[in-house]
Amino acid sequence: MVPSFVWCLLPACGEACLLAEQAAAAGHERLDALLTALTIFVLAMWVGFEVITKVPATLHTPLTSGSNAVSGITVVGALVAVGAVASTAATGLGFLATILATVNVVGGFLVTHRMLSMFRRKE
Amino acid sequence: MDPALRIALIKLAYLVSAVLFIGTFRLLARPRTAILGNLLGALGMVLAVGATLCHPDVQRYTWAGVGVAIGGGIGAALALRVPLTAMPQMVALLNGFGGAASLLVAAAELYQAMARGHAYRAWDQPVVAAAVSGMIGAVTFWGSLVAFLKLQEWLFRRPVHYQAQHVVNAVLGAIALVLAIWLASRPDALAAYWLLVLAASVLGVLLTIPIGGADMPVVICLLNSYSGLAAAGTGFVIDNNALIISGSLVGASGIILCQIMCKAMNRSLTNVLFGVFTAQLDEGLAERVYAGKVKGASAEEVALLFESAQNVVIVPGYGLAVAQAQHALHELANVLEARGIRVTYGIHPVAGRMPGHMNVLLAEANVPYEQMKEMDEINPYFPQTDVVLVIGANDVVNPLARTDPSSPIAGMPILNVDQARTVVVVKRSLSPGFAGIPNPLFAADNTLMFFGDGKQAVLELISAVKQL
Repeated sequence: MVPSFVWCLLPACGEACLLAEQAAAAGHERLDALLTALTIFVLAMWVGFEVITKVPATLHTPLTSGSNAVSGITVVGALVAVGAVASTAATGLGFLATILATVNVVGGFLVTHRMLSMFRRKE
Repeated sequence: MDPALRIALIKLAYLVSAVLFIGTFRLLARPRTAILGNLLGALGMVLAVGATLCHPDVQRYTWAGVGVAIGGGIGAALALRVPLTAMPQMVALLNGFGGAASLLVAAAELYQAMARGHAYRAWDQPVVAAAVSGMIGAVTFWGSLVAFLKLQEWLFRRPVHYQAQHVVNAVLGAIALVLAIWLASRPDALAAYWLLVLAASVLGVLLTIPIGGADMPVVICLLNSYSGLAAAGTGFVIDNNALIISGSLVGASGIILCQIMCKAMNRSLTNVLFGVFTAQLDEGLAERVYAGKVKGASAEEVALLFESAQNVVIVPGYGLAVAQAQHALHELANVLEARGIRVTYGIHPVAGRMPGHMNVLLAEANVPYEQMKEMDEINPYFPQTDVVLVIGANDVVNPLARTDPSSPIAGMPILNVDQARTVVVVKRSLSPGFAGIPNPLFAADNTLMFFGDGKQAVLELISAVKQL
């Protein structure tokens, strides 16, 4: 129980490191940014393994559709692309990406909710 | 507000969303908390989107609004209408959309960098990441599309094999790699990006068409993982931690499920992806296994068995869902429980067409989740079980997996139903399952075959038990 909550704090630590290092080392900016991003990636992956191995087989289908919804986070990047004024091509690509990612987000969370509400205890 | 401060606050909001997503997966550990978990995830997404709309770079909202409206409409329509038997197709489609969206966002960033007038230098993080994200995204999109068509039984219903397919795939992979290096060293060469996407697209199709229907659960999990990794890759492109964290969570989830599925089929991932699984039909063997030993039973005989039983384990397979017999089965369980018989369900990991699929189909038929037992949980319990009712399952209850080292399913973990006092198998005929081998369980001394269509057979059992 306790350890997995500890794991949840790790990406937060990664985030803190990112802010601290960006302020400190302007010289090695390029490499530092990459290393921080990699750190976050590896730690988040680890958190994922720790948390998701605890999901029981009964809920593996909602887990899959729920993770579909979470991977729709790309919508964040899509919104920046479509909302920026820099390039028409980027707006077009971002628009298409917004549609696809929103299908993921809305479809994923809704269908997961629909399935989960079918799981009931014995009366 | 000062733009720098605003961006810092947005990043803080992303951090909160990431923690909410981790909470989502954490709360999925129990059916009771899972709904809350899913709602937390949705909240995290709303927060991330809201924060993004406050970003100083976002200056126009019309197209964003139209895109969200269209995507939201399609997503909601899909989610509310899809029958639960078609969940594997739905997930395949969503995996593909996620991959494609990541690919497009990475491309948009390359175009924006050009338009801003300061193109990236060679081997800059965003360019390298764009190459990775474009490649994974394209493989995910096209692979998922093929998986969708296979599952929906519209196209590629049989595995497609052709001469030297491994060589063709290797060459395509090498071409994609060369294009990725070209893009990384010449960041203004946008043609390289689209050629890379093209090569990866062809690769995605060719990698998926040879994979058979029985292996689809593994492919879905793998593509689920890829859709997450593509999102994480795009996070590296646009330097966004929300994408990196969420993407790697999904990547981890897909990999874990993939491992579980491979283990349940006793096959390596390499074997599923690149091996050719040919079912060898040996008519003579079936004759030797079944000759004169198979005992049929009527609904009344099975009902009498139930009458003297204290506990019954039901083992459902995908045939049950095909026959749409889940509701009838739940009614049979209710009738048995009314007579004081303890009823549980033993569910093999590959009982459905994706991980956990059978559990969802049973939940839809109002089966309480406490009654659904995993393989490892139920196996020690079979020797003390009075009656096992196998319905629509075959290979996953074949004792050859334990006893015959030369069998194609040797070593595959199975439900040891043959150890129960009596086994009743509901089946239309003695035809083999995906593995193409006969099942000695059907000819065992303690087995009774109840031949018939799944739903009809269960309805007959219900009326027979009621007449006792």
